[in-house]
Amino acid sequence: MKRGALTQAGVTLFFAGLLATTAVLGRATPERGRESSADTGEAKARYGFRLEEVSRKAGIDFVHEAPTLHGSLSHIMPQIASMGAGVSVADFDGDGWSDLYVTNSREGSKNRLYRNRQDGSFEEVAERVGLADLNQTGTGVCMGGIWGDYDNDGYEDLLLYKWGRPELFHNDGGKKFTRVSETAGLPAWCNANSAVWLDYDRDGRLDFLLAGYYPDSLNLWDLKSTRMMPESFEYAKNGGRKYLFRNEGGGRFRDVAAEVGLDSSRWALAVSAADLRGTGYPDIVIANDYGVSEFWANDGGKRFREIGAQTGIGKSPKSGMNVAFGDIMNQGQFSIYITNISETGVLIQGNNLWVPSTPGPDLQYQNMAEAMKVELGGWSFGAQFGDLNNDGFQDLFLTNGYVSASRDKSYWYDFSKIAGGNTAIIGDAKNWPPMEDMSLSGYQQKRVWLNDGGGEFKDVAQMVGVRETYDGRAVVMADFQNRGALDVAIAHQRGPLLLYRNDLQPGQGWIGFELEGTRSNRSAIGAQVRVFWNGQQQVQQVSGASGFCAQNQRRLHFGLGKDPKIEKVVVRWPSGQEQTLPAPESGKLHRIKEGA
Amino acid sequence: MSTEPLTVAAPAAAPELGSKPKIDPRYVAPLFISCVLIAANFTAGVLESPWKTALAIVTSIVLEAILGRLVFGKWPNLASAYVSGISVGILVRSPFWWPYAMCSALSITSKYVLRVKERHIWNPSNFGIAAMLFLAPQTVASLSIQFGNSVWPMVVIWTLGAIIISRLKRFHICATYVLSFLALAAVRSALTGHSYWAEVAPITGPMYQLFTFFMITDPKTTVRGKKAQMLVAFLVAVVEAILRLTQNVHAPYYALFLVGPAANLIEVWWTGRTKPSPAPATA
Repeated sequence: MKRGALTQAGVTLFFAGLLATTAVLGRATPERGRESSADTGEAKARYGFRLEEVSRKAGIDFVHEAPTLHGSLSHIMPQIASMGAGVSVADFDGDGWSDLYVTNSREGSKNRLYRNRQDGSFEEVAERVGLADLNQTGTGVCMGGIWGDYDNDGYEDLLLYKWGRPELFHNDGGKKFTRVSETAGLPAWCNANSAVWLDYDRDGRLDFLLAGYYPDSLNLWDLKSTRMMPESFEYAKNGGRKYLFRNEGGGRFRDVAAEVGLDSSRWALAVSAADLRGTGYPDIVIANDYGVSEFWANDGGKRFREIGAQTGIGKSPKSGMNVAFGDIMNQGQFSIYITNISETGVLIQGNNLWVPSTPGPDLQYQNMAEAMKVELGGWSFGAQFGDLNNDGFQDLFLTNGYVSASRDKSYWYDFSKIAGGNTAIIGDAKNWPPMEDMSLSGYQQKRVWLNDGGGEFKDVAQMVGVRETYDGRAVVMADFQNRGALDVAIAHQRGPLLLYRNDLQPGQGWIGFELEGTRSNRSAIGAQVRVFWNGQQQVQQVSGASGFCAQNQRRLHFGLGKDPKIEKVVVRWPSGQEQTLPAPESGKLHRIKEGA
Repeated sequence: MSTEPLTVAAPAAAPELGSKPKIDPRYVAPLFISCVLIAANFTAGVLESPWKTALAIVTSIVLEAILGRLVFGKWPNLASAYVSGISVGILVRSPFWWPYAMCSALSITSKYVLRVKERHIWNPSNFGIAAMLFLAPQTVASLSIQFGNSVWPMVVIWTLGAIIISRLKRFHICATYVLSFLALAAVRSALTGHSYWAEVAPITGPMYQLFTFFMITDPKTTVRGKKAQMLVAFLVAVVEAILRLTQNVHAPYYALFLVGPAANLIEVWWTGRTKPSPAPATA
């Protein structure tokens, strides 16, 4: 054979190899990090826990209902009326046991407050305490609720954000709630999908950020025009405004957003706050739909500066839907998990796990989602960090799925057809093709990503018993039975509120903290706790909201692994005071009062 | 997108003394596409990662150099490989690194393997992207976003693109395709009941700007003759419309993937019947 022919044969073989490799890698890549070979029985031994769905047994029978908006949107109603299943955890009656609050969204439907009976079951008390009937026609519908003790009276109050009239409820000693929205100075209408409690100026009183999605001028039940869609799939700035309500005392709040420079009108879907630059003041991270995420650096409680692009998290426009902070490598610093959309063959945005590469005031992040295998999660919504098996590393629970209707029909072609179009086309709802009974990223499998502590996560959802495929929105973690294990609750759009009880393999250490501020806000929101043990450290913070339309329990839960030897625990309160606990006992909850 | 440098159909006249220096036509397309890329990334951040785009470009160039030397025994001009790489870097979307290198490798290698009568019949980057979308849909998507939400970037790109393509005497291909798309959008609208603007929406996105100016105009993989080129552009639009009616998300890539080689094969066959084989083309 001539040399030329041999060369050609070699090149052809190389080409065939490339095609074959593409086919193999194309199928193998998404499955990296997904475990599916053992059965649930083995899971507990192998992974240290399994999750059992117990909502019915626990007396929880809530099913979310979606709103019906203006008739001009009827052809795309499933994708517009696609949010509102929010869930939050609070010990509203101060009995030391975590309760659950879940929002509903059909006009006239009722929210539920599940009071923890301390025996693994719950009783529904929303009607009794005045927190049920909050979706009345003409007032909009609920998207979520967050808890914080704004008047420092020792009881958690409730801020409810809606597509409609936001509400603030004062907790009257854990017995009743009084509506104080007008006194507080809340706007008459705000189409918000997220909010967070924070003490941005560290004056000891909780403030809150209310983040708009649709612009305030829109009443989704009374549209004057169908030009209400985002102006772009990736660069939209025609969303809702942001309110930063400063707590003036006496139950009064004042919007200072313009004063402090918080002037975003992107389409915010999730917001959370934490001191990420080590300044002592909480910074704000906003995950925006149809655009880049924002990082608002808090300059001494006086001004906020948007430095998303500088930090790296605000460079690539995606469809942000979640903000959660977690110290995933036990290095004493928070990474940020922001969820986006990935759909096979159509749109692969990938979720972002922003790990600090340059800590401190000149903070910069690097997206490590691919390397750590937490990138592909379908149409991802809420996610939370928490140590599910108490091995000492923060795991990640992700819920997903947008619209599950017909199993045989997908709206993705129509969605992609218009989503790439120009503003003049995409911005008008009447141009959008009808959804009929089509699904859009429906019936998706949730992810329970177990942190191996070596820089990788492994999806064990199927193995540990999380197999349902309802359209997940909000997820929370809390120790509902005060036994040193994190349980999980998930709110689903047009679906049930599910409660997963954590069946934990004994033998792993843990420690819990419940903080009470004195100089700081009493809820201690913004306090950071650093546990030093076995030559490593982990930081967690009391959060005023986390995830998507969600808020975890206020107490902090640290898994410690086997034979933990705690060196010390350092609490940094929002006031700036540091408190050190030398070698506190593991396996118990510590209640710590600021300055004590 | 063209992986062959766009050249003027007729041989250029020798430059007159004192005339302005002209840009070598081979570099017009790379220059234009580079400008589009830089502007789009700085104004709208369209690249998932500049490093992934760089990987696609480097893979493309290195492989072209190696294969050119190996197969034809000489170092090839690398402008076309640069265009291939940059096309892949823009049009491929994946959270992973390997698809960028793989797509470039497939694109370039296809030029040296999929040949009939010494002529490669697939547009290289069209082949690479179509192969990736077909073989690895779980990890690869194509560009589907806008260059910002203003109408102006679109107007600028269409205008500049039209001027450059006109100078290279290939505007008739783009015009035929665009007009066919707009007409067929009306047909699709009538058949599906969807708004006409919903059917027109895709062509207002940047992917189509690149597809229209660079991919379907590739000199090495389009047929000869103005009328034949217009017919092929029309057929690409027709096949695309059919694929769209079957809800195929990647309709334009697959339409060119199917129509382009078929047209080339017919031309090769027809030419073979009437004339001696053309001189071997270099990659």
